[in-house]
Amino acid sequence: MKKKRFFTVLIALCLLVGSLWFLQRLLMPKYIHDIIEGRLISEYYDNAGGNDVIFVGDCEVYENISPITLWEEYGITSYIRGSAQQLIWQSYYLMEETLKYETPKVMVFNVLSMMYDEPQNEAYNRMTLDGMRWSQSKVDSIKASMTEEEDFLSYVFPLLRYHSRWSELSGEDFQYLFQTKKSFHQGYLMRVDVRPVTSYPSETPLADYQFSDTCYEYLDKMVALCEANGVELVLMKAPSIYPVWYDEWDQQMEEYAEEHGLLYLNFLDLTEEVGIDFNTDTYDNGLHLNLSGAEKMAHYFGKILQDTYQLPDHRQDPEVAAQWQEKADFYHAMEEDQYRELEEYGYLKSYGGRNPNEE
Amino acid sequence: MLFTSFEFIAFLAVMFLLYYLVPKKFQWLLLLAGSYVFYAWAGPHFLAYILTTTGTTWLAARWITRMQAEQAAWLKAHKAEMSREERKAYKAEGKKKTRRPFLACLLLNLGILAVIKYTDFFISNVNGIFGTDLAFMRFALPMGISFYTFQSMGYLIDVYRGKYPAQDSLGKFALFVSFFPQVVQGPISRYDDLAQTLYEEHPYDHRNISFGVQRICWGFFKKLVVADRLLVAVNELIQNPADYTGAFVLLAMFLYAIELYADFTGGIDMTIGIAQVFGVKLVENFERPFFSKNTAEYWRRWHITMGTWFRDYIFYPISVCQPMLKLSKASREKLGQALGKRIPVYLSTAIVWFVTGLWHGASWNFIVWGMLNCLVLIVSQEFEPFYAWFHGKFPKVGKTFWYRLFQVGRTFCLMSAIRILDCYRDVPLTFHQVGTIFTQGNWGIFADGSLLALGLSEADWAVIAIGVAVMLCVSLAGRSGSVREKLAAKPLPVRYALYWVLFVSILVFGAYGIGYDASQFIYNQF
Amino acid sequence: MEALLDILKELHPEVDFETCDTLIDDKILDSFDIISIITSINSEYDVSIPAEEIVPENFNSAEALYDLIERLQDED
Repeated sequence: MKKKRFFTVLIALCLLVGSLWFLQRLLMPKYIHDIIEGRLISEYYDNAGGNDVIFVGDCEVYENISPITLWEEYGITSYIRGSAQQLIWQSYYLMEETLKYETPKVMVFNVLSMMYDEPQNEAYNRMTLDGMRWSQSKVDSIKASMTEEEDFLSYVFPLLRYHSRWSELSGEDFQYLFQTKKSFHQGYLMRVDVRPVTSYPSETPLADYQFSDTCYEYLDKMVALCEANGVELVLMKAPSIYPVWYDEWDQQMEEYAEEHGLLYLNFLDLTEEVGIDFNTDTYDNGLHLNLSGAEKMAHYFGKILQDTYQLPDHRQDPEVAAQWQEKADFYHAMEEDQYRELEEYGYLKSYGGRNPNEE
Repeated sequence: MLFTSFEFIAFLAVMFLLYYLVPKKFQWLLLLAGSYVFYAWAGPHFLAYILTTTGTTWLAARWITRMQAEQAAWLKAHKAEMSREERKAYKAEGKKKTRRPFLACLLLNLGILAVIKYTDFFISNVNGIFGTDLAFMRFALPMGISFYTFQSMGYLIDVYRGKYPAQDSLGKFALFVSFFPQVVQGPISRYDDLAQTLYEEHPYDHRNISFGVQRICWGFFKKLVVADRLLVAVNELIQNPADYTGAFVLLAMFLYAIELYADFTGGIDMTIGIAQVFGVKLVENFERPFFSKNTAEYWRRWHITMGTWFRDYIFYPISVCQPMLKLSKASREKLGQALGKRIPVYLSTAIVWFVTGLWHGASWNFIVWGMLNCLVLIVSQEFEPFYAWFHGKFPKVGKTFWYRLFQVGRTFCLMSAIRILDCYRDVPLTFHQVGTIFTQGNWGIFADGSLLALGLSEADWAVIAIGVAVMLCVSLAGRSGSVREKLAAKPLPVRYALYWVLFVSILVFGAYGIGYDASQFIYNQF
Repeated sequence: MEALLDILKELHPEVDFETCDTLIDDKILDSFDIISIITSINSEYDVSIPAEEIVPENFNSAEALYDLIERLQDED
């Protein structure tokens, strides 16, 4: 009798947990057709291992450099661990986490997030953190990122966060319950459309240009982490015109890099060398580069990385080459498809482009 | 710590585990410690107030009991040698002696409550009348001060009256005052109801705990699924009175009635359920009030412990005090039996409702609210002969289902209409708003999609409608006995399925957390 | 006792006060009634029932109420 009762309760518990798990999957946003940036972080785990270069940072990395070009031109294997408005501590913990999966030769950090010294936006936190697998790094990253309105528990059980999506469930939520879609190229988000730069931002003077201690603390931690793992740390500032990158900020990064013996590249000063033309190489008036710009960046940056750090050319390794051929095929297929859509509809209909007629 | 916060649920889980792990004789001590942790969470400095009330009341009550015991012993020893008059005189003298600590303690504690709660109200009235510009004090209100003050004063009065002796243990008395499930919002327990169940040892009782958890979940359902969701629309209607007049005011009345009911009774369900998990039985505070057939009945079934507190400690003492009895005699002689008899009763009713109004909040709208309740009670009392005549003439009508439904509907509407005063919190504005119901004639709002512009989507309204329907069904089922008992008699799969539905609907349909708004996630610029 | 029954009958002619012993428990008498009864008793018997004696046990039946009156008279 007691045994029977035990099994009843056990089965009931299993059903409860199972149904809650199912509900959670159902209610979490899938980021399939809209805001696909929400999927950037989780796609890494299928591609972990064997990367010589890891880029971390916000959209200035995942929209501005093409790892496939790095491969095709230099045989460099790389991955971009970027996410929307990735804050510096999130970058740090992503580095820490990545080192559990692989030890690259170089890690590149994009320094734009030095401008934020406190949690900014719950929704962006979610897009960076929900995709991470559980580890101490994720726990620390959550703790460092939470805004006041947030609760740690709702990261453990995202159902508590997304429960109110019940009224907006769509076909996508059911279709992608147990699978996801591959949309990125080693963490690169491709866009082939063009929207030239029409105006440059006016530089509103700031009261204080000094980056905060918190940010420096994390930058120090990055330096220490890379040192401890024998990884070269490179600092970069992507050639994005918005938001403004002040000279005073640049100065601080220059000094920091010099002090710690790091390579720091501000591509805003190197646009001519890279060959970026803001009439053709951006898809949103200078916020992000398009495919043409990202390939130019890879072409230029890859040379520097290879020369400075003697990165091996993996194209001779047949196993790696076969893997990357697949990635390249996917890349070129998408490129072709995007050009086709551009021709057919005048905008990137299924790649997040805005219909010019609706504006 | 709000009942609906993650911290509180964690706190509860820890308390629960410890409670059934510690030796049984320490259980009450654990509850005391937990209660103080809970109280200090709101701000440790607030502890000063509750500790003052606890300490002074405990001391005064013990003092009173000791004097009463001494007097009784002396009286017993000297009974033979005293005349009846002497005994009477001695008793009167004794009563006088106990009155001193009693009044001192009563006035001190009511004084604290009055100063903290009503100083600013007083200042604003002084400013209004004399055109002065005195600064407000803006005291921070300690959590549950009205509730624990009333609970303690009830105890003090009972001890003074000799209903029961004072509690000797300061710790036990402190637990009675601060018991965490009820300290925030009642029910206002009586010492003789609570003491036994609070201090005795509670072995692990599976059924009791299961019932308690069910009750907590039910409270969560009412509060999170119905009340907090509805709150969006209620706030929209009330905070923009100029935009929402006429039929919207009527809508606000009914929505507020539902919202308040779901919120308040849901909170009490949680309170009683939590206490039950710890084996403590609290008195009920509501008895399906919206099924009441008249106002007097409504007030016997809504916030019961407050009503009985006012009845036992204010209404009765005022009604039977010597001046009132004299007034009664005089009015009977001067105005005749029928009318004269009613005057003192109505006078005490008016006083009680004035105080009840004031208790609800320090502003005129609550006082007007109290007086309107009083008016309705008196008018319906005056209509009594008419009803008697009507039912004598048409004996069948009163027994039909439709007539009872009419009575219930009438009471609900009347109470909702009066309650709107605590929405707008401004007496002239409330009367103006209610006036527009009759003049504006914008009845189309119920059909033209205006309801969807109040911050709630169609899906939200659907959830609310289903939630209200479920609440109604549970209330209907509760008329013939405990719903949980009935549920317990059902086959196991049915029971578990129902628990599952209740739990999951709180989790999914509850209005808690940050709330999902797809536009927050729209990626822009970064 | 007769006078007491008259007082009660006047309030609720439909109740059989001689046998009913659940006047409070069954909510036959409400607080208005109780106050009416107390004031009537006060003028009829010249005893004042103090507030602490207003408990269900004293008001549940006419008999209990009569006992209360006698006890209070005795104490006087």
